[in-house]
Amino acid sequence: MNLSLQGIYDPALVALIAAVALGCSGIPGLILQKTGIGQIIAAVTSILAGLAGVTAALQMLFSNTTTTYQLQWNLPFGSCELVIDPFSAFFLLPVFLVSAAASLFAVGYWPAAEHRTTERGLTFFSGLLASSMAILLTARNGVFFIMVWEVMALSAYFLLVTEHEREEVRRAGIVYLIATHIGTAALFVFFSLLAAETGSFTLPAAGSLSALSPSAAIMALAAFIGFGAKAGIMPFHVWLPSAHANAPSHVSAVMSGVMLKMGLYGIFRTLTFFHDPPLLWGAILTVCGITSALLGITFAVAQRDMKRLLACSSIENIGIITTGLGVSMLGLSSHNTTLMYLGMTGALLHILNHSLFKPLLFLGSGVIIHATGTREMNLMGGLGKGMPRVAAFFFIGTVAICGIPPLNGFVSEFLLYLGFFRQIKEVSLVSLVLLAPLLALVGGLAVVAFTKLYSSVFLGTPRIPSTAHPHEAGMTMLVPMAVFAMLCLLIGVVPQQALRLVSPAIEAIYPEMISTDVSAEFGAILWRLSQASLLLLSAVVVAALLWKWRMGKNLVSITSTWGCGYQRRTSRMQYNGSSFSELAVSVFNGIMRQRVERPDLDGLFPVRSRCIDAPTETLLERLIAPLFNGAGILFVFLHRLQHGLMQVYMLYIFATLFILMLWAN
Amino acid sequence: MFSLADQLLVLVLLINFISLGTSRLIFSIRAVAVQGVILGILPGLMHPFSWHLVGITIVIIAVKGFVIPMLLSRAVRSAEIKREFEPFLGYVPTLLLGAIFAALSFGFAGKLPMLPEHQYYMFVPASIATLMTGFLVLTTRRKAISQVIGYLVMENGIFIFGLLLADAMPIMVEAGALLDLLVGTFVMGIVMNQISREFSSLDTSLLTSLKEE
Repeated sequence: MNLSLQGIYDPALVALIAAVALGCSGIPGLILQKTGIGQIIAAVTSILAGLAGVTAALQMLFSNTTTTYQLQWNLPFGSCELVIDPFSAFFLLPVFLVSAAASLFAVGYWPAAEHRTTERGLTFFSGLLASSMAILLTARNGVFFIMVWEVMALSAYFLLVTEHEREEVRRAGIVYLIATHIGTAALFVFFSLLAAETGSFTLPAAGSLSALSPSAAIMALAAFIGFGAKAGIMPFHVWLPSAHANAPSHVSAVMSGVMLKMGLYGIFRTLTFFHDPPLLWGAILTVCGITSALLGITFAVAQRDMKRLLACSSIENIGIITTGLGVSMLGLSSHNTTLMYLGMTGALLHILNHSLFKPLLFLGSGVIIHATGTREMNLMGGLGKGMPRVAAFFFIGTVAICGIPPLNGFVSEFLLYLGFFRQIKEVSLVSLVLLAPLLALVGGLAVVAFTKLYSSVFLGTPRIPSTAHPHEAGMTMLVPMAVFAMLCLLIGVVPQQALRLVSPAIEAIYPEMISTDVSAEFGAILWRLSQASLLLLSAVVVAALLWKWRMGKNLVSITSTWGCGYQRRTSRMQYNGSSFSELAVSVFNGIMRQRVERPDLDGLFPVRSRCIDAPTETLLERLIAPLFNGAGILFVFLHRLQHGLMQVYMLYIFATLFILMLWAN
Repeated sequence: MFSLADQLLVLVLLINFISLGTSRLIFSIRAVAVQGVILGILPGLMHPFSWHLVGITIVIIAVKGFVIPMLLSRAVRSAEIKREFEPFLGYVPTLLLGAIFAALSFGFAGKLPMLPEHQYYMFVPASIATLMTGFLVLTTRRKAISQVIGYLVMENGIFIFGLLLADAMPIMVEAGALLDLLVGTFVMGIVMNQISREFSSLDTSLLTSLKEE
């Protein structure tokens, strides 16, 4: 395969080379005999590729260029174009950034010396996953897209089942594999229909298809199912919590921070093919989005497993992004420039933001698991004293994900709120105003979920002895977290600069969305927001300094945190995660269906008893698992075809071939 | 030159019958090796001279004619089996079936829409007949080594078809096909080893005990 070069030096080529380098980064480790070297080579390669890739993507965004390459292949599916436009470049940013950070983190988190059997595969597939995602963003041939898509999905599977000796991990892997392949099947339908419509597998140019034909509706639906299954939009989210919880933490960071965005990329890209989308599309996206956001965060509140909580919050964030996209589509259909601008900007900015704070939190959870050996929040506590730096970075992440100023999560949600409130004055689509309280509810629940997470892990006193003496993480684990934390703060403080990243991306797909007066207006608003954030930040710093100064002067009495003034307190007196969230969960019990076992307490001295609150996967356990069981019973006759005799299998192929030949005659 | 190619193809067809009709494994392997060498010569007859072609010819002859047969005969020697006993279908019926399939493939090829320059040559029928022979060997024999021979014959059939497709096959395709073959042989080698270690026999029908209940 050779790439015909069209320019002399261009960042697009650098990005492509970086993508390929990422894919090859794990290969030395497979060959080299000595353990550990391969992982370091992979980390160094990924970091270099990541730096080069991020720089190249930024250059392409700022210079607003589109570069086209032709991949010479001998397959009969038409020409294979690799195109990097600013929109792809925007998505390339998190791919390079997060995969580089994760590979550095892996050196400390999954050291080759301790994980001899799994490290090689993990390193190799991490590189392959990152590479396939980067190439996916450039693919403009339907067949090539599906090929790369499958490489991505399967590498993620192999990463996910790294600890396959555990039953739970294997189960998560199977659920993921089925979900992703149902999605791929939908994508096959989508790309075949698309090829039938346009006459070639090359993806159509923006706005070249009519959205009103019946096939367009089927195409859009297939794409929504296929890409939505990867992105984790409700009701296709069933694989997500268990997959993210059971993968190694840096893999969860990449999966949640980047891989979900590939599904969103697909949805965004598909929508650009059609001009004048009907109002219904935007409405469906908005409704699915806000439902995902609300239910996702509700599930998150109820979780006891730290990583499951983070995974559920990914569903929430994907929901927020989808809502933004849906609102933007509604604006597009009703020719409302402000609405489509705000929806799209909010959605894209939230994609960037989520790919900064979610990896930060997942990496943080990795450090915590590394230190305590458990994912159960109710068993932790008081870790903040042992690992103050991790606690600080994690704190930044939680504030950002809750959408609290002055951090980046606030900025994107702020844009969405602006969009909703503008509708009050409009003639059409006034009901969008109702989304504002819903989004506020989501934000409020997020605060509950992450207060629970942070306080039950880092604050209070240790709940079991084995988690009592955590050690601070090494530099390889702290540096990636620090980078993400810095970027979260940076975007929160200078949001108008982040807008400069988003604008070219929008202009590449919907040039009509960017008009100078609208972007100037919101640029000015964000500038004011930036000043407010700076003010807030300095107020926080001043308050912290004052507090420290005062603490230094007075005598501090040493007692246990949340000891409630008891003389002989025990750590079991503390509020734990479950008790903290109990009220919030009980409100949503209709959806959540907690499994609760509570003893009856009577008398002055009740006997010793147990109390269990366990969240359930409602959709998976009540709907999908019975469905699959039913299908299993229905297709039991297929078992007879499985003889175990190779010759008979050959006969099947032979018979098929023979019948086809007769048929052709 | 095409008429010489046709005569060679007749030879290929005859070798198909040898591999269907013999029970001695070594003889069968040698026959398939000869078939491989003939196939290696064929591209040279069809296309004008080029170094690329020479390279392809050498590689094909080396792999199909020598490397794989050598690996197979070593496997036969180490497993100490000389014959294929009790095939699922006897030798005479398989031979008859092979003949019927050969006739059918000529009939089928006659109906295919082909380029005029290929119309009167035997490439397509020979290819299909060889493919069918491969399938017959695969479905009727028990021993793992016979299975590998079946794969080889089948691949040869595909190769003959490939000769028609392009003036000179793109190197990727050739490399891919050869790699497939080699990998296939390796995998079967591993399977053979495992079966013979597990069941102290090379009978693939014993693999049914691995079936999921």
